[in-house]
Amino acid sequence: MKTKTVLAAALLATTAMTGASAETLRWARAGDSLTLDPHAQNEGPTHTLSHQIYEPLIIRDHSGEFQAALATDWAPKESDPNVWVFNLRQGVTYHDGADFTAEDVVFSINRAKSETSAMKELLTSITEVRAVDDHTVEFVTDGPNPILPANLTNLFMMDKGWAEENDAVAVQDVAGGETTFASSNTNGTGAFTLVSREPDVKTVLEANENYWGKDEFPLDVTEIIYTPIQNAATRVAALLSGEVDFIQDVPVQDLGRVGDTEGLVVKTAPQNRVIFFGMNMGADDIENDDVDGANPLADAKVRKAMSMAINRDAIKQVVMRDQSQPAGMIAPPFVNGWNEEMDSSATTDIEAAKALMEEAGYGDGFSIQLDCPNDRYVNDEAICQAAVGMLAQIGVTVNLDAKPKAQHFPLIENGETDFYMLGWGVPTYDSEYIFNFLVHTRGDERGSWNGTGYSNPELDEKIVSLASETDLEARNATINEIWQVVQEEQLYIPIHHQVLNWGMTDAVGTEVSPEDDPKFKFFEMN
Amino acid sequence: MLAYIIRRVAQSVLVLLVVGLVAFAMFRFVGDPVDNMLGQERTVADIERLRSELGLDQNFAVQYYKFLTNAVQGNFGLSYRQGRPVADILIERLPATLELAFVSGLLALIGGIGLGIYTAIRRRGISANIIMTASLIGVSLPTFLIGILLIYVFSVELGWLPSFGRGEVTFVNGWSTGFLTKSGLQALILPAITLGLYQMTLIMRLVRTEMLEVLRMDYIRFARARGIRERAINFRHALKNTLVPVITITGLQLGSIIAFAIITETVFQWPGVGLLFINAIQFVDIPVMAAYLMMISVMFVGINLIVDMLYFAIDPRLRVDRSAAGGH
Repeated sequence: MKTKTVLAAALLATTAMTGASAETLRWARAGDSLTLDPHAQNEGPTHTLSHQIYEPLIIRDHSGEFQAALATDWAPKESDPNVWVFNLRQGVTYHDGADFTAEDVVFSINRAKSETSAMKELLTSITEVRAVDDHTVEFVTDGPNPILPANLTNLFMMDKGWAEENDAVAVQDVAGGETTFASSNTNGTGAFTLVSREPDVKTVLEANENYWGKDEFPLDVTEIIYTPIQNAATRVAALLSGEVDFIQDVPVQDLGRVGDTEGLVVKTAPQNRVIFFGMNMGADDIENDDVDGANPLADAKVRKAMSMAINRDAIKQVVMRDQSQPAGMIAPPFVNGWNEEMDSSATTDIEAAKALMEEAGYGDGFSIQLDCPNDRYVNDEAICQAAVGMLAQIGVTVNLDAKPKAQHFPLIENGETDFYMLGWGVPTYDSEYIFNFLVHTRGDERGSWNGTGYSNPELDEKIVSLASETDLEARNATINEIWQVVQEEQLYIPIHHQVLNWGMTDAVGTEVSPEDDPKFKFFEMN
Repeated sequence: MLAYIIRRVAQSVLVLLVVGLVAFAMFRFVGDPVDNMLGQERTVADIERLRSELGLDQNFAVQYYKFLTNAVQGNFGLSYRQGRPVADILIERLPATLELAFVSGLLALIGGIGLGIYTAIRRRGISANIIMTASLIGVSLPTFLIGILLIYVFSVELGWLPSFGRGEVTFVNGWSTGFLTKSGLQALILPAITLGLYQMTLIMRLVRTEMLEVLRMDYIRFARARGIRERAINFRHALKNTLVPVITITGLQLGSIIAFAIITETVFQWPGVGLLFINAIQFVDIPVMAAYLMMISVMFVGINLIVDMLYFAIDPRLRVDRSAAGGH
């Protein structure tokens, strides 16, 4: 009897102790980070891992709002609208003990602007970065750039001295190059330090004892074991069997299964990503249709009719099992320039759509090929299949061609598709980003994802002007004008905003971040 | 003898060249790596720069020639996805696949021979019939489904075995092995069964048929007539003669176990070369795909070459010169 109590007490004591001193979070998602060099790739899972180890000047918290990280505050300089001033946090050290200073910011930005960096497109407006003193940095831009801070939320700060000592000044050239010290070693200021890493297998991080934010954030997680699990069924099984505590990308069909399991929860939130169809309206004649010598998609009436034929609520209910939010514009609700009226404007009306088709001279309909990815977005191919049936109702016979993303995206890039599905996330949370890539005429610098062939010089001018308009009200007015045209022209057929699902044990406390990038310093463990 | 070997080796090299060519030609249809590498914010100028950097703008013959000359020197280039030398990645991943293949091969051999003998001796027994029926199911169920079913039963419902990964591994002379830790051994069980099940049923059916054949032979009857115990007949006399074709088949099947580990590795997130290959396809990582296909074909060609030479050594009829033998 007595030994039993002692034993029980001892057991309790040990569990209590381990509970307090080590909270391991076993985390799984579909893909692994591609490299540890924070400037070499511009890709979700890579940034997510970097965010635990490295820090930018500003981050977005799990609600998508700006939060001060290595900078404490930032504002345009009063005397010169072409300059942004950032005040840096004091007393921050890197994992190896070195101090974080303005020199490191200058170094990191210049590094990220170099030829082999994948982050340079976000920094094109910056002409110079200068250190005013140890904790003040000025960013000089070519013309005023009101949304500069939004471009810095995934731009990580590296230690200049460390990079120089270890021959890692140049960004790892993923395409042609070598591996560098920085692609397999880290030295950040973040809340976690790297313990071990086997690419595609397992990565272990542990809490940084000297983290500057020790009193500001929960920091309940003291160890992270990150294992990519590609197969969706296996990933869910690992959560169900208790081998992992937290998974991203819970497949839609398994949501119920996970949610109904004792001790597990599914958390859902709208993602910063819209799914839509693009149409080649620019060509004189399109390849895979049955109309000779004319392009039915060139007529806005046809495009409107097609949009009207899509029943977004049915797609939501049947294909997405309620895991989507019907869209009327190709901007997610987080983005500056989004408005509710436009986003709810897409309604289904088969009769009106038929009348529009008649008016456009296609009362008998036409046939067309729809190119669709089958491994990129949630239920992408199923959405396309649903659209095929819906468009048939107004006489548009759709021949569906679904293929892996590696083959699908080059079609858009090379202008080889007439009708295609695309999804778009907006990391800067501003409409300018959407316009630059999807609305501007295709050229060397802008419009690289605009597969519609749409070209409107007047609109292009307005889009370019956004980059240097500092009067935010005037800027928002221009954004609204551009949206009016995009909506009026029915440049794209919006389908829905994707929804994110994270599955976890009920010990894990976190909200879903719209960028799908958990930042573990915010996690609470019960 | 020498001429024969030279001829066979030359044939093998030709086969490898053709495989390389076909594989390389196929890569033109798997997609464009540039998109994956550059991400959402790429400009048209970036795409062109990267294409020329990677040599993707050159014509097919030049690309293939470069690939071959590098490959001969053991240089398979850099992985587009990981930015590391492909040869390093393959060597890193090979132990996982080889260990899995070895264990499932062993499982298939032991299980297959054991059950084969049992079902042959107890030909009319109820349990033998049950085993035979079950083996039909084993052959017809796809590997993917078997894996998921095993995970569901043994990981999710019973919680006995891990559902993914290799467990803890230790390094012995740079070779990562899961044989030395408890979690490593546990992690091996489900994938090994999944991968070995098909081979096991194959061997089992082969052993059974051969055994039944042998048991009908005269010398077995004579042995019985002499009053030798059943046990000795079965294991000393019959089994020995059964095993010759089984060994041949097993040797050939080992190659396919390694090659077809892809599905099993994907289901169990087993960090071997098969999973590497699947990742490479999704990312259009051409250097990794090419190196993997070459590796597998070298392996198959090598096994076939050895088998042919063994036949040559064993079967004297092959040694007769062809021109002399061609008279009839």
